[in-house]
Amino acid sequence: MAEKTIQNLEEVTIRFAGDSGDGMQLTGTQFTNTTAILGNDLSTLPDYPAEIRAPAGTLFGVSGFQIHFGSTEINTPGDQCDVLVAMNAAALKVNLGSLIDGGTIIANSDGFNDKNLKLAGYASNPLTDGSLQKYHLHSVDITKLTGLAIQDMNLSSKLVDRSKNFFALGMMYWMYNRPMESTIDWIEKKFGNKPEIKEANLRVLKAGWNFSETTEIFAVRYEVGPAKLAPGKYRNITGNQALAWGLIAAAKKAKLDLFLGSYPITPASDILHELSVYKHFGVKTFQAEDEIAGVTSALGASFGGALGVTTTSGPGVALKTEAIGLAVMVELPLIIVNVQRGGPSTGLPTKTEQADLLQSLYGRNGEAPVPIIAAATPADCFETAFEASRIALKYMTPIFCLSDGYLGNGSEPWLIPDYNALPEIAPKFRTEKEGFFPYSRDEHTLSRPWAIPGTPGLEHRIGGLEKQHITGNVNYEPLNHEFMIKMRAEKVERIANEIPLAKVEGDSQGDLLVVGWGGTYGSIKSAVAHHRQKGNSVSHLHLRWLNPMPKNVGEILYKFKHILVPELNLGQLVKVLRAKYLVPAVGLNKIQGLPFKSIEIEKKIEEILRGTK
Amino acid sequence: MSVLVDEVMKLSPPPSDQKASSKDFQSDQDVRWCPGCGDYSILAQTQRVMPDLGIPRHRMVFVSGIGCSSRFPYYMNTYGFHSIHGRATAIASGLKMARPELSMWVVTGDGDGLSIGGNHMIHLLRRNLDINVLLFNNQIYGLTKGQYSPTSEKGKITKSTPFGSIDYPFNPAALALGSSATFVARTLDRDPKHMQAIIKRAAEHKGTSFVEVYQNCNVFNDGAFFQFTEKDTKDDTVVYLEHGKPLTFGKEKDKGIRLNGFSPEVVSLKDGKWSVNDLLVHNEKDTTLSFILADMTYKSGLPRPIGIFLAIDRPVYEQEMVRQIVFAQEKRGDGDMVKLLNSGDTWTVQ
Ligand SMILES: Cc1ncc(C[n+]2csc(CCOP(=O)(O)OP(=O)(O)O)c2C)c(N)n1
Ligand code: SF4
Ligand SMILES: [Mg+2]
Repeated sequence: MAEKTIQNLEEVTIRFAGDSGDGMQLTGTQFTNTTAILGNDLSTLPDYPAEIRAPAGTLFGVSGFQIHFGSTEINTPGDQCDVLVAMNAAALKVNLGSLIDGGTIIANSDGFNDKNLKLAGYASNPLTDGSLQKYHLHSVDITKLTGLAIQDMNLSSKLVDRSKNFFALGMMYWMYNRPMESTIDWIEKKFGNKPEIKEANLRVLKAGWNFSETTEIFAVRYEVGPAKLAPGKYRNITGNQALAWGLIAAAKKAKLDLFLGSYPITPASDILHELSVYKHFGVKTFQAEDEIAGVTSALGASFGGALGVTTTSGPGVALKTEAIGLAVMVELPLIIVNVQRGGPSTGLPTKTEQADLLQSLYGRNGEAPVPIIAAATPADCFETAFEASRIALKYMTPIFCLSDGYLGNGSEPWLIPDYNALPEIAPKFRTEKEGFFPYSRDEHTLSRPWAIPGTPGLEHRIGGLEKQHITGNVNYEPLNHEFMIKMRAEKVERIANEIPLAKVEGDSQGDLLVVGWGGTYGSIKSAVAHHRQKGNSVSHLHLRWLNPMPKNVGEILYKFKHILVPELNLGQLVKVLRAKYLVPAVGLNKIQGLPFKSIEIEKKIEEILRGTK
Repeated sequence: MSVLVDEVMKLSPPPSDQKASSKDFQSDQDVRWCPGCGDYSILAQTQRVMPDLGIPRHRMVFVSGIGCSSRFPYYMNTYGFHSIHGRATAIASGLKMARPELSMWVVTGDGDGLSIGGNHMIHLLRRNLDINVLLFNNQIYGLTKGQYSPTSEKGKITKSTPFGSIDYPFNPAALALGSSATFVARTLDRDPKHMQAIIKRAAEHKGTSFVEVYQNCNVFNDGAFFQFTEKDTKDDTVVYLEHGKPLTFGKEKDKGIRLNGFSPEVVSLKDGKWSVNDLLVHNEKDTTLSFILADMTYKSGLPRPIGIFLAIDRPVYEQEMVRQIVFAQEKRGDGDMVKLLNSGDTWTVQ
């Protein structure tokens, strides 16, 4: 056995890429879980095509999973990767651009036959024509080695082919010195009743490891030590899972049943899947016939005293629009989760974007104010969903809880919160008959009483026609209408009385403030941190609340010479900030279905700073 | 049921030794339909039947969409939700899943329930939640002032079809049966006794009850059903479906319906060729028969079937939902959030 050197690294980015049928998401997820358990900080970016099994070997069928992990703080899935695992020619072609110069390529040579090369548009084989000289290229016939490892099992070539991702995973586990136990456990559980497949996958995984250990192909192994995370108990979590748990936690705190009305749509479906599991929490999930039935059933449930939730992505919100207006009118709590994706129309179903902010703010007929809260990181989806529920219940209002494809599918280590220390949520059903009026209001929150069917003596009717102040009777009087419009707006504005003031990361005044919202948090944070290390006067403000905004946002903005608003849209928050605070904010906009690289933000910051000097 | 809802359900209503009256079900709102509208009768019959159901008012909810018919909840002194066009069935479904113990009623129109809300309607019917649907069929859009509807007859001249409608109409009963409904009935605004009986049966049925009510819109489609409701014609144009009874009609009950192969045909009981024993006997448990009967609806030469087409039992959706929850709770215990948060692969940083 050759002597292997071990090298210490602070951080690494690995990208697994292959056909959409090659199991790259699974490989990436397994590597991620193991890495999380080792105590690294990490951030992931699954990047997969809309087609479930696009034709094999094609460029558009390439599925990728990137993980950035380290012993330091990790905020983004990595601008570029250090290692690219390419299961075929198309995967190499699509992803080579994101590999750093001098990076490592591990290529499955079997995926570079004439057909693969042609499909990927290579005139000659890059593995042998010398075109990859600036990289460390390891060409390994993973398919063949996989077949050899399970030769005696007489499995179909299809099954052999399906196992080869575990060979690649075994290699990466060896290379980054990660234990295989967690994946072994997973395989044993997952394929418990399919003993052949279980055995094959286990053997192939170990074969990948052993191959790396014994052959001379890799001379170096890497060690990435645990990160200095705050003390406590951690788990790795995706945004969609965190969001689902946040909703369950909120319902539990509020002593209400959670009702989800939803229609499947990428990238939000996983929340429906996740919530469907927790029947023992009394969670009721309803896969409706369409998005309209999703939201209206949730609103019906909420009339009955449940925490009504509907989950979807942009096109689904478009369908729910009229019902959200109804929720504004009848003033019932309702959580609308939008895991945003690339639009318009069907757009880019599996890619991320933040282009639904204006839809959330204004996308309804009439003056129909709806509060909006947005998650900043995958794990933050928990707290965001929890807070959305708390506010919806307290103010008797529909609320948008915004996530996006990157947050929903991405994952990061999460310091498990102490459930008992979470804020109280204490909704009250009105039961006293004396002085009951459906549209009387709490003097602080302006919320109306929640009187659920089944309460003796409080029979009343609600609906979408304009309501008379206090009595709630149908009313068409001009002044009452104006009064009620203003009342509903004021109610939403009053939420600002209790949400935390916005906090600047960095100095509270200076040359440049970078303002973001939602899933761009990590990239902005990294970009700003780099500039601050260089001594530049740059700060970061990230808005969790977009409607209403914290009371001090104006004050903060006015203390900076320049304001930059990076967004994955054509400039939506920047429009709102300019209109609301009359500040000369400028946008940095990217609409490619991908998150920002922090370098992109860094460069823009530099450009603005240069202009000031 | 959640702890908070449970507390509400434990509240007892003010004691009363008297049975509720139909008056108790009238709200304080002025009824605003056009004078002479068939909706008045449906409201009156519903209010008349309610006390007999023995369900307290505060456990009843009327949900509607948009349309003249959908104003109905405002006039009922129960809980009510006048929602948006076409969505009453979906709202009621959510409420029923959240609160299976409530008595749920949906009031909708031919436009509300079969056009914009057609999709939700068929899905409600196949799922079979325990909800009673009253569909006021006036074969017109009343509230928007007289456009043709999905039940308007072909060739109908309305504001939006000055040259006659080219749409073929839905047959609501057949649509409901095709959606696997478990209770399908038809009644008439001008036959109060029949309507009361049907509403009662609908209320008693466990599962979705679909009741089509022929309703006269005297402003935009006056007389659409007069041949079935008025004295001089109705005996010859309507056949009442009664469980276990042969299908006879005519003033003297001298006509009947016989099956010729799968096709119903009218036979005379007078000329000695056919007797009552040859007639089709109604069986509301027979799904195949229900389709044949519903199909008589627009067939010329056949009387219009009125009554209960089908009344069968099938598991009720919200009960199935509760069953899964109870099963999960028995197997795994009540959900524990602290446990859930700490489940799976975790690690500790010192
Ligand atoms: C989204 C939407 N589209 C259109 C309308 C206008 N609209 C209100 S009621 C109605 C038709 C009602 O017809 P039907 O359900 O037969 O009720 P009827 O008035 O005849 O009882 C229409 C088109 C609306 N209120 N909302
Ligand atoms: S328009 Fe027709 S359906 Fe509407 S209230 Fe008047 S008569 Fe009744
Ligand atoms: Mg109508």
